Amino acid sequence: MTTTDLDRLLLIRHFERALLDLFAKGELNGTTHTCLGQEIVPVAVSGLLGPDDRVFSNHRGHGHYLARFDDPAGLLAEIMGREGAVCGGVGGSQHILRDGYVSTGVQGESLPVAAGAALHLRGSGALACAYIGDGTWGEGAVYESLNLAALWGLPLLVVVEHNGIAQTTPTELAMSGDIAARCAAFGVRHVALPADDVGAVRAVLEPLVSSVRTGSPLVVEFAVNRLGPHSKGDDTRSGVDELRDWYRDMSGDTGFAEADARAHDLVDSVVREVKARPASRWDR
Amino acid sequence: MRVVENLNRALHEVLAADPKARLLGEDLLDPYGGAFKATRGLSTAFPGQVLTTPISENAITGVGAGLALCGETAIVEIMFSDFVTLAFDQIVNFAAKSVSMYGTRVPMRLIVRLPTGGGRGYGPTHSQSLQKHFIGVPGLDVYEMSPLHDNRAVLAAMIASQRPCVFFEDKVLYTKRMHQVDDPFTWDLTDGLARVHVDAPPDCVIIAPGGVTHRAVAAMRRLLIEQEIICTLLVPSRLHPLDVTSLVAAARGAKSVVVAEESTAGGTWGAEVAHRLHQELWGVLRNPVALAHSADSVIPTASHLERAVLLTETTIHDTVLESLK
Repeated sequence: MTTTDLDRLLLIRHFERALLDLFAKGELNGTTHTCLGQEIVPVAVSGLLGPDDRVFSNHRGHGHYLARFDDPAGLLAEIMGREGAVCGGVGGSQHILRDGYVSTGVQGESLPVAAGAALHLRGSGALACAYIGDGTWGEGAVYESLNLAALWGLPLLVVVEHNGIAQTTPTELAMSGDIAARCAAFGVRHVALPADDVGAVRAVLEPLVSSVRTGSPLVVEFAVNRLGPHSKGDDTRSGVDELRDWYRDMSGDTGFAEADARAHDLVDSVVREVKARPASRWDR
Repeated sequence: MRVVENLNRALHEVLAADPKARLLGEDLLDPYGGAFKATRGLSTAFPGQVLTTPISENAITGVGAGLALCGETAIVEIMFSDFVTLAFDQIVNFAAKSVSMYGTRVPMRLIVRLPTGGGRGYGPTHSQSLQKHFIGVPGLDVYEMSPLHDNRAVLAAMIASQRPCVFFEDKVLYTKRMHQVDDPFTWDLTDGLARVHVDAPPDCVIIAPGGVTHRAVAAMRRLLIEQEIICTLLVPSRLHPLDVTSLVAAARGAKSVVVAEESTAGGTWGAEVAHRLHQELWGVLRNPVALAHSADSVIPTASHLERAVLLTETTIHDTVLESLK
């Protein structure tokens, strides 16, 4: 793993922790969904994407954004409604548009749009990458889109962050069968991967993602652990502390402590600097 | 020229003018050319730009939104407007919101075409006029096809607006002739507002979307011949946001105002129009703006039952008479 990847993982981890801390202090408006425990997925996937690729994120999208753009201050300003916000503070945590990256807050809504973007990109060598969760597979839009992607040979990469829980509902109460079989039904390639090593994920995905670019859609299903609540402090699970966490696993690695301190300090200074900014302005 | 031919020609022009523009929908390909033939010939003339789709209203509207987000012009046909409920999320929560929810104006050239309305015996799920459900959605424009508005200009206006648009096309219009208004009435068009009138100040101003044009003119003819009541009909192309200024100017001098539409009762476009006119003309109008619409009912299939529910020439005739009492 390069230093850059580790720095990115740690940046996301400390960013999300800082958000929960700000919420606890009553300094954030509304709600937020953190990706604690899932950081490896966007860091690994982003390394396989080019500047012309389009990224579709979701309600749990801070990691997707920070893995794509080196801009914690712009994202925090967006979440806090401060000057320099990516979208003026209008979209907030769940609704961000920047340079071919878009997130929306409705489950399954992004996949048809991503299919449209993939249709736009078809033949160019670029692809549309959409992050969804296991819970998203309850939405019919997913199946309509997979059908179109296969029918039309769309360069669509669907990244599933399967964390086993949708808000408070475990997957076994919401999904009959499994994602692999659902993909097979549409003739869409599916690969299941653990998400515990950035380099290993990339090694498997690199050739597969290349073939997406020539019009062969792919669903990549990552097994991940959601270590935080769905939204703020609404976790109903027990035993979350025992779940595997890359942060704990890597903490003894050479250079980890220094990188961790750097990321912590960076986020700390971003929080202090953004908090001090004036409110964002919106010209409707 | 029939209205459907005019629409077909307009679609041809959009695809010809912009090789990146695309048209998507179910059963669009020749030789069928779409359920109502509005797209006939297009897949032959522009094979790379016309896509036939599975029965997936949600996804094909989302695909259109995705193309629009990438800067293309996308036209999506929903075979019957009743099925647009399946695409409501994509229209309301994605396409319309994308115009402004990301903090800056995002151009979205998406037109969702919606063959609409009753009178053809298609029954409760293939006959509705659902315009009212799209009134007041921020970022979304609502248009209705009209025999008095050249569809080439209407489509051009929608594309130029760079906002997502829903375009309601009353199915009974497809086979009618464009721009045909018989004596003693004449018509003109100013800034997207069509006016059907005689050369005299009106007793009553009727405001109606394009699909109601023929029923309104028939009622106006009867009122003129049988009761010497003079009416002027105003037909806006864009139903929302509404350009109320020209309606106010025309309504100011009339003894009464009627808004007529095919929607079923309750929460109608006409109620919104009436409210806007009341705001501007309170104290000037002699009576409240009157509404004519279909009954609060599903739309039955049998023709005698369907006639009893839908807005007819008689509904408008009677509402005008009542409004002048």
